[in-house]
Amino acid sequence: MRLKLIPDDTTFDFMGWRKLAVGLSAALIVASLAVTALVGLNFGIDFRGGIMIEARTEGPADIGAIRSAAGGLGLGDVAVQEFGAPEDVLIRIEAQDGEGDAQMQVVGQVEAALTEAIGGIEFRRVEVVGPKVSGELVQQGALAVGLAVVFMLIYIWLRFEWQFALGAVLALVHDVILTIGVFSATSLEFNLSIIAALLTIVGYSLNDTVIVFDRIRENLRKFKQMPLSEVLNLSINETLSRTLMTSGTTLVALIALWALGGEVIRGFTLAMIWGIVVGTYSSIFIASVLVLRMGVKRDWSKPDKAGPSGTNFSGAQV
Amino acid sequence: MLHYPAWKTALVLLICAAGVLFAAPNAFYSTVERANDGRAAIEAGRITPEAEADAASWPSYLPSSLVNLGLDLRGGAHLLVEVAVADVHAERLDALWPEARRALRDLRDQVGPFRRIGREGAQTLSIRLEQPGGEQIAAEALRDLAQPVSAGLLGAGGPDISVDVDGQTLTVSLTEGAIAAMDDRTMAQSLEIVRRRIDETGTREPTIQRQGADRILVQVPGIGSAEELLAIIGKTAKLTFHMVDSVTDAEGQAGPNQIKLPDADDPTRFYLLERQALITGDRLTDAQPGFDSRTSQPVVNFRFDAAGARRFGEVTAANVGRPFAIVLDDEVITAPNIREPITGGSGQISGSFTVETAANLSILLRAGALPAEITVLEQRTVGPDLGADSIAAGEIAVVVAFAAVLIVMLACYGMFGLYANIALIINVALLLAILSVIGATLTLPGIAGIVLTIGMAVDANVLIFERIREELRAGKPPARAIETGYERAFTAIVDANVTTFIAAVLLFAIGSGPVKGFSVTLGVGIVTSVFSAIMVTRLMVAVWFARARPKTLTV
Repeated sequence: MRLKLIPDDTTFDFMGWRKLAVGLSAALIVASLAVTALVGLNFGIDFRGGIMIEARTEGPADIGAIRSAAGGLGLGDVAVQEFGAPEDVLIRIEAQDGEGDAQMQVVGQVEAALTEAIGGIEFRRVEVVGPKVSGELVQQGALAVGLAVVFMLIYIWLRFEWQFALGAVLALVHDVILTIGVFSATSLEFNLSIIAALLTIVGYSLNDTVIVFDRIRENLRKFKQMPLSEVLNLSINETLSRTLMTSGTTLVALIALWALGGEVIRGFTLAMIWGIVVGTYSSIFIASVLVLRMGVKRDWSKPDKAGPSGTNFSGAQV
Repeated sequence: MLHYPAWKTALVLLICAAGVLFAAPNAFYSTVERANDGRAAIEAGRITPEAEADAASWPSYLPSSLVNLGLDLRGGAHLLVEVAVADVHAERLDALWPEARRALRDLRDQVGPFRRIGREGAQTLSIRLEQPGGEQIAAEALRDLAQPVSAGLLGAGGPDISVDVDGQTLTVSLTEGAIAAMDDRTMAQSLEIVRRRIDETGTREPTIQRQGADRILVQVPGIGSAEELLAIIGKTAKLTFHMVDSVTDAEGQAGPNQIKLPDADDPTRFYLLERQALITGDRLTDAQPGFDSRTSQPVVNFRFDAAGARRFGEVTAANVGRPFAIVLDDEVITAPNIREPITGGSGQISGSFTVETAANLSILLRAGALPAEITVLEQRTVGPDLGADSIAAGEIAVVVAFAAVLIVMLACYGMFGLYANIALIINVALLLAILSVIGATLTLPGIAGIVLTIGMAVDANVLIFERIREELRAGKPPARAIETGYERAFTAIVDANVTTFIAAVLLFAIGSGPVKGFSVTLGVGIVTSVFSAIMVTRLMVAVWFARARPKTLTV
């Protein structure tokens, strides 16, 4: 009578698939890095500076007319694209020389030119980011992701052994690289909210990984003689239904947001959906494989008599 | 663990009830907002029947805090501006030069002739002695000009200038303490003036904050374009009155005690003015837009304070027949002839104003001049329609996400799923309650944060339920299985949520604007979800178990 995503006692041999998983991940990482290096990211104005105008026209927008009206002002690179609906357009203009005042004048010019050329155009959103701020936003974004990874490394290190910390963090880096790769390959706009999405992915992926690790730690103490790869397999299988269940509910919620939440946050939710898929995959396949590769010290110095190992908060044994 | 002490039960129920109570105003957003506006109006002394009716539309014994909607949801303008604090340093040094000149002239027989080198507006004041020998005496004299830096409550913080001697060149620069104190003062004044100007426009709930060393963040809901906002806050609005020496063109050269300034309307027309201002805008007590009685053109009427009126009267009496210039931010707005002495202390500025620019200028003059120029670094404007669309889309998404998660949980875990769902609803109520009470701002990414919280809030329950299932499969009796399930799942829940919380804290510390909004909902959501999952479902399970005493258990 219960809906079950997977049967109760699974015995998938995840470690047996590790060559395939590692190969796949390695290939994807190389591809991601290559495409990011070659194609680059489609940075939004948050990071590149410039002007973005979201406008709505009466009836389907005439992109060509808008492009020629805005492009005729000699402002450099002007990109016009449909934004979610036929009557909505997004106009992006490259950063002008000088700080915001110069950019603001350009906004006035463009709005005037468009109002003249396209009757009944309505400006729904205008964003201007000067070069000074955009530079800082890049730094802050990179700093935020970097610091998050370091802090989480430290936290896991305190709670587990270093092999786990390193495994978890490498899995995180894997997730971040693959997400950036997807943004590069699809030319989706990479802006400040994508940094927020990346950080959330980092947190989420680690969440998943930690739960698997928590079980591995428990099983390592319970089955002292079992080979490490079997312990890993057992632990992943035991937590599998939880992993899929949580990822499933989160995905359901995110897909609702992606489909219904409007165009402004579509990129953000897409990053999150992809990140959760990748994060779930990496906590099952990558993090544990890395632990297996590095090995774990198993001669616990203290006998496990202090109740269930799961409540052992002083578990840092390096 | 299945025996829940009464005090704990009471505490959990109390928190849940408080959560629902404090979240409730958000369900009646527009009503409560109207009531709050009405109350604010009454408090401010504007007692009207409408305000009283509005105030009465929401019972006063109920909480009335609402989640603030961010600019991306309700529309408005966001401006990040930079104050040119360095200009004020240069002004201080330029003002020091006449004093320095006087001091050195008094010692001419010891230091010999000297002159200022380097340009005006530099961050140091350099003086070159034409003959060697007097450097130390001159440096000493310059050091005597120093004033103590007022370092707040901690008392005097040393001299405000330092003097370096390099050969025959003396360099006067501001000390670090002086710069810090000066910048603080400049920023405080700028904030105050920006606030006054925006208040004059009557906009509701503007946010005006200092950010970092030299920036101000201005957020004004409801303003349709940032240009409108910038017209109010972007102008320095430094008003001065100067005697006009002559009118010239771009070629004209200013004499030693003259400044050359352009006409505000005709870029080919320039004026040579006396450098020393007759009177400045700080002496104004009022400025109002109006119309010229003869031409019906929009004008700005102003009034000086007593000292200003006296000075203005003396100057105009001494210069009847000559033109004087009214200068705003280094542009000559108008340069009329003085027809008769103006002794009443009030006057009129007529330029080529529209009704709107006259109104804006009066606001600027009333609020006072900014101590330094400001530059826009970042601007974001969202129209109210887009904001409304985003709210609508966000609401639908939240409802659908919520419903989907509830159904999945019920299908997978039956009665336990129902408990988890109740906890989930309480979780969202708690989240909204906390966001309302702390006055957090809900942005579009913030809504995404709530949706994500909904998705992840079930995680703790899933962990517990899966663990209970395992324990049952291992043959444990129901009570023992539930107990162990909660116990064993606890570390995993803590570890998992701490990591996400780290991400939320970092986002809050480093992020700005909408990203910050997201981090707040995410962070608060983690706390409430752990509470609701661990305490609330556990209470429900405990109560159910105590009554039903089931022999077997299916989760």
